[in-house]
Order: sequence, then C-alpha cells, then structure tokens
Amino acid sequence: MSAQEAALASTQEHHTSTGLDNTKMVMWAFLGSECLFFGSLITTYLLYRSTVLPDSGPVPSEIYDIPYTSVSSFVLLMSSLTMVLALSSSQRGDMRGMRIWLLATALLGVTFVGGQIFEFTDFVHEGLTLGSSPAGSAFFVLTGFHGAHVSVGILMLLSLVGMSMSDKLQPGAARKVELIGLYWHFVDIVWVVIFTVVYLIPLE
Amino acid sequence: MRLLQAPKRRAGVGALALLLTLLLSACAENAPQDVLDPAGPVAREADQLWDITFGIAVVVFVLVEAALVFTVLKFRRRPGREAAQFHGNTRVEVLLTVIPALILAGIAVPTVSSIFSLAAEPPGALQVKLIGHRFWWEYQYTGAGVVTANELHIPTGRPVYINLEGALTDRVTGEAAVNHSYWIPRLAGTQDIIPGRNTYMTIEADEPGTYLGQCKEFCGLGHAYMRQRVIAHRPAEFETWLQDQGEAPPAPTGLAAEGEQLFTSGQFPGGPACVSCHAAESTELTAPNTGPNLTHFAGRQTFAAGVFENNEENLSAWLADPAAVKPGATMPDLGLTQEQIDALIAYLETRE
Amino acid sequence: MATAALFERRGFMSRPSATTGWWSWVTTVDHKKIGILYGFTAFIFFLIGGIEALAIRAQLAGPDGTILDADTYNQLFTMHGITMIFLVVMPMGVGLMNYFIPLMIGARDVAFPRLNAFSYWVFALGGLFLYSSFVLGGAPSGGWFGYAPLNRELPNYGMTFYSLGLQMLGVASLAGAVNFIITILNMRAPGMTLMRMPVFIWMSLVTSFLLLFAMPIIAVALFQLMFDRAYGANFFNPAEGGDPILWQHLFWLFGHPEVYIMILPAMGIVSEVLPTFARKPIFGYAAIVFAGIAIGFMGWGVWAHHMFTTGLGPVANAAFALSTMFIAVPTGIKIFNWIGTLWGGSIEFKPPLMFSLGFVSMFIIGGLSGVTHSIVPHDAQQQDTYYIVAHFHYVLFGGAIFGLFSGIYYWWPKIFGRYLSNGLGHLHFWLMLIGFNLTFGPFHILGLQGMPRRISVYPDEMGWNFWNLISTIGSGVIAASVLVFILNAVRTRTKGEEAGADPWDGRTLEWSVPSPPPAYNFAEEPVVRHRDDFWHTKYIEVPEKSPRRVLAGGANGHDEHSEHGHIHLPSPSYFPAMAATGLPVMGYGVIYNDTGASWPLIVSGILIIMLSLFGWVLEPSVHEE
Repeated sequence: MSAQEAALASTQEHHTSTGLDNTKMVMWAFLGSECLFFGSLITTYLLYRSTVLPDSGPVPSEIYDIPYTSVSSFVLLMSSLTMVLALSSSQRGDMRGMRIWLLATALLGVTFVGGQIFEFTDFVHEGLTLGSSPAGSAFFVLTGFHGAHVSVGILMLLSLVGMSMSDKLQPGAARKVELIGLYWHFVDIVWVVIFTVVYLIPLE
Repeated sequence: MRLLQAPKRRAGVGALALLLTLLLSACAENAPQDVLDPAGPVAREADQLWDITFGIAVVVFVLVEAALVFTVLKFRRRPGREAAQFHGNTRVEVLLTVIPALILAGIAVPTVSSIFSLAAEPPGALQVKLIGHRFWWEYQYTGAGVVTANELHIPTGRPVYINLEGALTDRVTGEAAVNHSYWIPRLAGTQDIIPGRNTYMTIEADEPGTYLGQCKEFCGLGHAYMRQRVIAHRPAEFETWLQDQGEAPPAPTGLAAEGEQLFTSGQFPGGPACVSCHAAESTELTAPNTGPNLTHFAGRQTFAAGVFENNEENLSAWLADPAAVKPGATMPDLGLTQEQIDALIAYLETRE
Repeated sequence: MATAALFERRGFMSRPSATTGWWSWVTTVDHKKIGILYGFTAFIFFLIGGIEALAIRAQLAGPDGTILDADTYNQLFTMHGITMIFLVVMPMGVGLMNYFIPLMIGARDVAFPRLNAFSYWVFALGGLFLYSSFVLGGAPSGGWFGYAPLNRELPNYGMTFYSLGLQMLGVASLAGAVNFIITILNMRAPGMTLMRMPVFIWMSLVTSFLLLFAMPIIAVALFQLMFDRAYGANFFNPAEGGDPILWQHLFWLFGHPEVYIMILPAMGIVSEVLPTFARKPIFGYAAIVFAGIAIGFMGWGVWAHHMFTTGLGPVANAAFALSTMFIAVPTGIKIFNWIGTLWGGSIEFKPPLMFSLGFVSMFIIGGLSGVTHSIVPHDAQQQDTYYIVAHFHYVLFGGAIFGLFSGIYYWWPKIFGRYLSNGLGHLHFWLMLIGFNLTFGPFHILGLQGMPRRISVYPDEMGWNFWNLISTIGSGVIAASVLVFILNAVRTRTKGEEAGADPWDGRTLEWSVPSPPPAYNFAEEPVVRHRDDFWHTKYIEVPEKSPRRVLAGGANGHDEHSEHGHIHLPSPSYFPAMAATGLPVMGYGVIYNDTGASWPLIVSGILIIMLSLFGWVLEPSVHEE
C-alpha cells in the first residue's frame, strides 16, 4: 500500500469496542479534566481581578499592554495553523515536511513563552508580583500554569522531531502527531479564553 | 458460628441498639448544650422542622430495615425452593421513586420557608456586633456603644440580631485571623465567622438564665477552649446591666491599688503592661481591645472564653502562664511573681 | 532517541523480565499484581488510620482527657481523615477495580498497563511522603478539609506536606481514572454492550468520570495553598483581601463528588454480591445503572450543603437544600432494588453476603441522617457536631468499608485460590457490626447534645461522658474484629480450603477463569451474548421459574475465530516506578524552599520524571525477545 494508506492505517493500534483509538481517547479524557483545571484558575482570577489593597501594587488590568499581548496571542494562534500543517504532512507520509512544520510550531511556541516572560518581568517592575495582592497571585498562577503547559507542549513537539529523525516515530506517526496536536490546540484555546477573560474584558 | 449466622439474632442486636439509642437520647440529663431542648423561638423553629423530618426518617428507617430483615429471613436458602428469576417490576420501581420524591417535596416546603424567614432581620431587635478572636469573643452593643467580652448578656423576649464580623488579622500575632463559629444550641443554630466577611444570626431567649455554647469551626490549638455563655435577663434587669456597663467601676484601694499600678505601668520581663492590650476603666468602643475588655470583669462567671470559673485559684494559674492552662492562648507569659499576681487579682476583683 | 538503546546495551537497565520475587512487584504492569499492591498498601494504611482513631477515642473516653495534648490531637484527627479517605477507601476500591475490571469485561489487562503501575507507585510514595511529615516537624494539623485561612497560618511544614501530598495522590487518582475509562469503553469483549456490563463496571465508570473532573479542582486549591505557604502568594490571606470562602468552594466542588467516588465502587460490589448469593438477577438493572449515573451528575450540584452556615444567603441555601434532598431519590432507588434483588431469592449467608447486608442496613441509616442535614435551619445546629461525624461514618464505614470487605471476601478465592474461613468471616462481621454501631451510634446523640467536632478535650458536666465512653469501648470491639480478619487472611495462606474457578456459582466473567487467573486472564477472548453471560453458560433462564443447568456441551461463549497461539502481554517496566519517585523529590524541594537544597531538589525531580517518561515512551509496550 502507499505511504498515505500506511499512514492512515496506523491511526489505530488495536481493535476497540467504540472504534476510537485508545490513546486518542486518553488525550480527550485528559483534556476534559484540564478544562476543570483551567476553569478553576480562571474563576479564581475573575474573583480576584480587582482585589488589590491600597499600596499593594497595581491592579493587573491597569498595566496590561493589550497590543503587545495581542501580538503574542496571534503568534500562538499561528502555531495552531503550523500544527495542522504538520499533521497533514504526516498523514500524507511526508516526514520531512512534518518535521519542518513541527519545528515551526515549536518556534512559535517558544516565541509566545518568551513574550510572556518579557511581559511578566515588566509587570514585576511595575509592582505586580505573585505576592503583591490576591490579584497578582491569581494572574501569575493562571498565566504561569498556562505557560508551563505550552512549555511541556514544546518539549513534546521537539521530541516528535527527534524521534522522527532517529526513525522511532513510525509506525503510527500520524496518530502520534495528531495526539500532540490535540494537546497543542487545547492549550491554544485555553489561551483564547484567558486572553478574552483576563485581558480584554474591562473592569467596570 | 451457627448462632451468629442467624439473621434473627442480627436483627435483634440491631433493634436493641437502636431502641437504646432513641430511649437514652430523649433522657439526656444535664446537657447544657442540648440541641433538642430549645429555649427560644429561633431554636424552636429549627426544632419543629427537625421533629417533622426526624419523625419521617424514623418511620422510613423502620419500614425499610424491617423490609430488609423480613426479606432476608423469608427467603433464606431452604432445600426444595429455588430462587425466582425476575428482573424487575416497573410499577413497583416507579412507585418507590415517586413516593420518596413526594415526601421530600413535602419536607422542602416548610424548610425553604424557614430558610427565608430566619434569614430576615427581625424588627425591633437588639443590635450586637460580635468579633471572633483567637480564642475569645468580643461583643459590641452598637446602640449603647459598649464593649464586653466572652459572656453575652441579652434581654428575654426580644430578638438579638448579631452581626458576626470576621477580623482580618489576629490582634496579638498579626497573622491572618481564622474562621470560627458562634453557637448557643438552645437559642439558635450556628453561623460561621469568616475573616473579611460579615454574617448574621438572630438569637432569642424566652426565659432568664445562662445558656452555654462553643466555637464549632475548627480554629487551631485553642478550638476546644473557645466557649461562650449567653446570660438572659428580664428586660428591666437587662437595661440596668447595660447601663452599669457604661459606668466606671469603683476606684481601687490597698492591694487593689497596687494592682492598678501594675496594670497600667508595670514592667514585666515577658511583655508590656496589661493596659497595652486590655481596657479596665472604660467600655467605649475606642478602648484598648487587643485582648478582652476587663472593665467589668468581676461580674463574669467565667474567663478565658468560658473555660475557667472566675475565681482566685484559676486566675492565679492563668496569670502565671496562660498558654500552659489554655493551649493556643496568645496572651504572653509575663513572668509575674506571685505577689504581682495577687495584687492584680485584687485589682480585677474591683472591676465590677 | 538513543536512550532506550543505551539502557539495553548497558545491561543493568535492560528490560526487566522477572515474574517472581520482590523485583517483579516493583516492575510489574500486570493489573492483577497492581490490584494486590493497592489492596495490601491500603490495608496497611487502614491499620494506621485505625490506630489514630483508637488514640482519639482514648483521649475522648472521659472528660478532661490528658493522653494527648492539643497539637498532637489535631495532627491525629487530621491524618486519620486523610488516611481513611485518600489512603484507604479510595485505593482499596481502585485495587478491586484494577483486579476485576479487565476480568469482568473479558480483557487481558487495562488499556495502559504502565500508566496503571505509575498510578500505584505515585499513591504509595505519596502516602509515605505525607507520613514522613510526622518526623519532619509535625504532620498536617488543619483537618483533612484544611480550611483557609488556618491552613496557611499553621506553623511548621505540616500543611505544606498536606498541599503536596494530596496533590500527588490526586495525580495517582487521575492517572487511574483515565485508564479505567478507556479500558471500560474500549476493551470490552465482543458482544458486551454497555447495557450488558456488570453493575460494578458501570459504577467504576461513573467513579472514574467523577475523579477525572473533581481532582483538577482540588489540584488548583492545593496549588494555591502551596503558593500561599511557600511562595508568598495571597490567595487566602484576608489581610490582603483574600477570601477564605474561595477555598471552601473549590474544596467542596471536589469534596462532594469525592464522597460519591468513595461509595459508588462499594455500591457496585453490593450489586454483584447480592444477586450471586440470592441466586437471581439484580432487580431493576437499568434503574440501578441510571441511578448511579444520576448520582454522578447530581453530585456536582450539592457542594454548598457543606457551607450552609457560611452566610451564602437564603437563595443559595434554599437551592442547595433542594438539590441535596433530591439526591436521596436515586439512592433510594438503589436500596429498594437491592431489597428487590433479595426478594424471592434463595439466600445463602456467607461472609460476602453478610457484609453486603451490613452495607445496605447501615447505609439506610447514614442516608437518612444525610437527609436531615438538608434541613438548613437545623443543619445550623448539626453542622460541625458529632451528629455529622455519625452521618459520614455510617456511610463511609458502615457503607464503603463494609462494601469493600464484602468484595474482599467475595473475590479472595479468585485472587488467591483459597477461601477465607467462613467461621472467622462471620465472627469478623458480627464483631465489626456491633463495634461499629457502639462506636458511631452514640455520635448521633452526642451531636444533638451539643458536642462539637474536632475538640481535643471536653469538660465534665456537659452530659457527654457516658456516650463517649461507650464509643471508646466500641472502637476496641472494631479493633478486635480487624484482628480477626488479619488472622483469617494469614491462616488461609496455609490452611485455607482451596477454591476452584467458580466457588460461589457466580454470574460474571471473572468466575470463568482459573483461581488465581493466569497472567493472560482468558485463554480465548470470550464472546458475550447476555448480561451475566457466565451464568447463562451454566443455566437456561426460564422466566418466573427456576433456572436449569445447561447440559454439557452447551455454548461456552468462545469465539472460534479469536487469536490462537502466542498471546502478547505487556512487558514489565522500571519507568513507571522511576517516574513516580520524581514527585516526592520535587515535594521535598518545595517543603525546604527556604534552604539551598530547594531548587536542586525540584530540578532533580523534574529531570527524573522527564527521563523516565522518555524511556517509557521509547520502550515498546511489549518487549520482543
């Protein structure tokens, strides 16, 4: 059979009762629990977003740089596009193309995280820290965990590239790329929610 | 082991234990915090709901347990009889779903009604602000501008609307304050005290007397030592009491005067003079309030939040080392000599 | 990556292959061995938690007790609660689920055997990590519920151990939950539709979904507490505007589904034991299944009934009162259907059945007292008193523990190939039932007489002396009953009567394989044609009449076209246990965050996990010789 057919046939390892692949189901279940995780962090932020006592640093929304964060959000969104392209390459059996797009995704991810770190150091200089107020605590723990998730995603993307280069990704490359892709898109969607709720929605 | 296998015996043991339980619960002697003996309308309203619900629960319990025991006995394995192979009975199942739902709906109506009526501020109530500390109670009679501690005095036959305020920090240690709850079972159910928040409760006593209670929300080392009393007076006597609270206590003489000197300006190895935390001359809201207000201390039945009878022996032990007799107490060991303790006790006895 | 090849070449990191000896237990990925590990470890923690309880009862046997000081008492009641909930009831349930889910659905193992092993090791090491606090400055002393702001103010490392230890246990639970969900949904034998699954499997599925969605919530609360205590955050600091009620909401959003996580597996066990020992099918299968699902859903809508006295306001209080009342309905359905299962049956009073009957009778009491809590104005009296302690011990001990013992006695012959002694089993049951009621029955009275919870001492003249003494005596009887069980378990290793594949004339697939089962469970993958398929290979069911045993040569439910020859089993592996060690290493790094060892420990822990994960991913699940 052709490379494409082999690639597609490797979307599933064994026969399953539901017809869905085990590892894909695991990823969906895990992402389901992550919804509750980020949901709780976002809820905490919504509770505390203006909880800043006098002389306890700035209210986070007063020091946001929306244009800057918009750019880094765009970068992360583009990384989802490159992720889709990576998956598509792997499904066509184009391993070289897959590696290029995976690296592009990782690079965009690194840019995003770098942008976050730069933004955070700026906030710290302006007096918003983990300990300055409940608002500061909520902001940094929420965005920090998101950044950690992106970083773990970057490690997984680079691992895929490495495994592909040492010929350990096949059989089932497309399935594995799809799995990491699911995770990556989820982390991106969480960012969309965070950007909207935390940055864009104004305080009354 | 054959004996123990007999389900009849099991049923017997179970029934006996239960009967004993029910019987003895009704005859609780000398239980000053008895939930089932309400002494005011607020506690009575909750108790009436309990009577209905508990009654239904007992009936359900008896019926269902009896059904279980009966079934188990009737259908025990016997030679010559096989099990009947049915999978269900839709009619019975629907019935046994609907009936409990209806019973619950029946209980729900008076419950919801009481939830709303008990939450409302009653008209004509005496207003009291209560602040929970580690591990004592501060009361402010907002109308009269009077502060007292640990024993709450109220008039009978009039609702008392308490605003429970959660302090933000501990006044002694500066650490974050913790949760407490205020509870006098015979007068009302509890409300929690949450730092940074205000909660509200109504209590009311029908008859004069002393009603006991304690903190129920786990608050650390001193949780078991945070008790309270509510002393109810007839309205006229209560007014007298409240007025007395606003007046200065008699001037001390002799040993008590020495005690006053120590109280206001004593130099102690373990801490500052008493007056830096405790007021003993005034019950105004502006008086020192890091520790309980002691202006009318001699009139209290107990001290250290209801833990110790107010007598010389207990006071002496307390002043010698508070945390040794009450775990978690934040009043420091001042390093007092016995002479100093005796003088201070004499002074406190003049605080009428 | 060359990592796996490197390990293989080096030899000392070659793929483990031991099938016996202690090393085989460390590297096993067999769900049966992992189930035994869970059960054994949970039982040890049960003994420890029990000793903590005995100490508490000794202190409270009379007024003005002096056996324990306030700080020690607070540590003991905190650890008793944490131990019994997270280190006993949950893992014991998971252990039985681990052993029997694959067997009952006709599978050879769970979907992710190494993840399964990882769950166990994280649990075991997490429990050890928590208990190490006793010798490292003091155990947590803020209660198992760890309310804020007290949880951030308590000195020494105790509550930091709390925040990290529970976090680790949460990781173990989450990993186990995803494993069971995929196993149940994807690995059922051909013909086993969802509505042909045993009730125990259904309850395990609902439990796993509850775990999946509840654990992340408490994970957030625990992280927030960790950041408050170790890194200066202000989530729960009222002095900076932090709201203690946030902790309560997050905790109980987890905490209420948590109690259903604890009870549903036991309810599943009872739903298997009663039909087996009454020799008839479960009454109202669909209703019991849907009631379990309903409890799972409705359990998310009642959490604030733990917060009725926190000033949420009458609207919220009324809403949660109603939702709490109505969750009694599906519970009632189950109880009535269990009685219906017994009705018309041919009941044999063996220990598994006795414990299931104990479950039903005690759960009726605990469930009814739970309904009385929903009467909000009276809950204001009951809250934080021994009346509440009575309720949850009736449902968790009288319910979950009795249910788990029912499962242990029921499945012991399958696991070990020998019966537990019937005589000792009955003695255990009666002593435990009597001791349990003596210990916890009086708590109803004590609570209504005004005795609050979590007090290290109580004064004389409160009217509490008599029932406290009775309760302490009862706790001794419980201890005796546990000793009887230990005697039974030890004796049966050498003197136990051997059991065949089907000692109870069972209904479900696990009884169709030898006792103990071979590593591969089923020689041939079964084909399922009915609910209670194994029963149907032995009997022809004639509605309303007695079943008839099938003549020899009847359908044995095997697929002639299933795989023959070599069965591929997942191979043992180091990496799950290795990865699990990374978590406590990180944990100690956070505990000692005021020393220079902190970041090296944290980074080492992360590296251990990362390297282990790389090895894990790169090694094939089945090692080819």
